[in-house]
Order: sequence, then structure tokens, then C-alpha cells
Amino acid sequence: MKARVHVMLKNGVLDPQGEAVRHALGAMGFDGVEGVRQGKVIDLELAEGTTEAQVAEMCEKLLANTVIESYKIEMGA
Amino acid sequence: MKAAVVTFPGSNADRDLAVSFRDAGFDVTMVWHKDAALPEGVDIVGIPGGFSFGDYLRCGAIAAQSPITRAVKEHADRGGYVLGVCNGFQVLTETGLLPGALLRNSGLKFICRTVGLKVETSASVFTEGYNAGDVIDIPIAHHDGNYFADAETLEQLKAEDRIAFTYTDNPNGSLGDIAGILSANRRVLGMMPHPERAADTGHGGTDGAALFRALAGGLTLA
Repeated sequence: MKARVHVMLKNGVLDPQGEAVRHALGAMGFDGVEGVRQGKVIDLELAEGTTEAQVAEMCEKLLANTVIESYKIEMGA
Repeated sequence: MKAAVVTFPGSNADRDLAVSFRDAGFDVTMVWHKDAALPEGVDIVGIPGGFSFGDYLRCGAIAAQSPITRAVKEHADRGGYVLGVCNGFQVLTETGLLPGALLRNSGLKFICRTVGLKVETSASVFTEGYNAGDVIDIPIAHHDGNYFADAETLEQLKAEDRIAFTYTDNPNGSLGDIAGILSANRRVLGMMPHPERAADTGHGGTDGAALFRALAGGLTLA
């Protein structure tokens, strides 16, 4: 089975990389891009029966730094 | 006085840190990240700069899970001293020994130059060799030194006089110009600038040497 974890900087934490991407898009002529936030997607290949709670523990302990990041788990087949 | 300096795969300031401890009079032992215990009787542990585990995932995140880091955490929990420099500061925030986190520099560039640091408090064994308000010149070399903490944590750090150093001219976007902070018991210091790179006349500056001298004279047994 698989799970996908999305890790994003929390609202209120400045994302200088996202800002640089926003500036670049503006410079390329893409008008109206008002914000860019950059994050990570982590795909996990898991043993059958792994629970969402176990994946959440992985997020809390390693995959995300909850001081600055939030995470979202999608459990897949 | 006994110091241990940790080496992770990708550490690069470990030997410099050991030399600075040794020059100040410490008996220094190098420890490897897979070691599960610190040498007997260690007073202070140095977590060096570098790029532990290639900065994969987040700077310091993988090193924070190393066997030796568990031993360092136990040492700190017993009241032992810890100095984390640069990547070492990142490791200390990832382990939770120090609050906050280090984000990508606001200008997105790796910065390698000497900066002015203001000593914010002399009330710690790390900073008692300086006077509060002193400005010292110490090199930085980092890509992720932009200190962040929530507003409540920042207030607490200020109220408890736990901000050790601030930048006189903020190079990386750090909240409150913060360059280094202390733990609640004032025995753990994390700082992005490298005092071990300004500790010998051959370095072009010696403003960092007073930190190591003060440590050698001031540690009370853990």
C-alpha cells in the first residue's frame, strides 16, 4: 500500500523560495500571480495494514518539522 | 575538563571545533554518529557545522535521529553542556533541545563572510567572557540560518534573557536579528556563526576564543 504526505510551510512562515518563484513568474509575464508557496510531496511504500496513525507519527517525528510545517496525509490503495 | 565533538556524515567543522576546545585546555574526544553513548565524564558536547546527511529532508533532521544524538539529549537532560554551531544549531532545534527552527536565508543565497555580532547577555558560561553589548566579529557560512519561532516563543526568549547573540546587520532574515540562543537552564547554546573560525591569529580574528576560554574556566560538573 501507499501513502502520500504533503508538507507545507505553515501560514505566517515566510517562504523565500516561493517568493522567488512568484517574482520569476511575474518577470516572465504571468500577471496576477499573487502568492506562491512551495512544499514537498513524500510518497511512502508501506507494508499492508499500516495505519494512518502510524504515518502521522512518522510525520510528527521526522517528515515534517511541526514548528514551521504542516502536513496532510493521503492514504492510498 | 572533558569535551566530546560529534562527527556526522557530512560534518566539516568538527576538527576545527575540536582544536578550539583543545586550545582552551579541554581534553577532547571525537565521537561518531553511530556511537550510542558519550565517553565517561564528558562535561560538554560540541555539535559541529557542516552538512550532516547532505541536508536531506531538512537541515539537521536526519542527524537529530542518530544514536549519538539520543545520548546528547540525555546528557543535556541531566544538566550537561552542549554547544551547537551552524548545522549543530539546526540539529539542536530539530531535537527540540532549543526552540524554533532555521529557515532558508531570506535572500536565498549561501552567505560566507564575517559579520558583526552583538553579545546580548553575558549571563551564561558561553558568553561570560564578553560584556553584554560587546560587538564581536565572527564568520558565518550558511544557507539556512534564518531563525524563526512563533511570537510566544520569541517573547519568552526575550523575557528569560536567552538570546545570546544578535546580528548587527541581519544577513539572513532572522527573526529579531537572532544569531544564537540559550536553553532554559542556560547550558545549551546554539548559534549560526562559527566562533571556532575566529579563535586563532591565523584565522584573521580571535573574537571567538573568549567563548572557549570562558567554557574551560566556568563549567560546573553536570
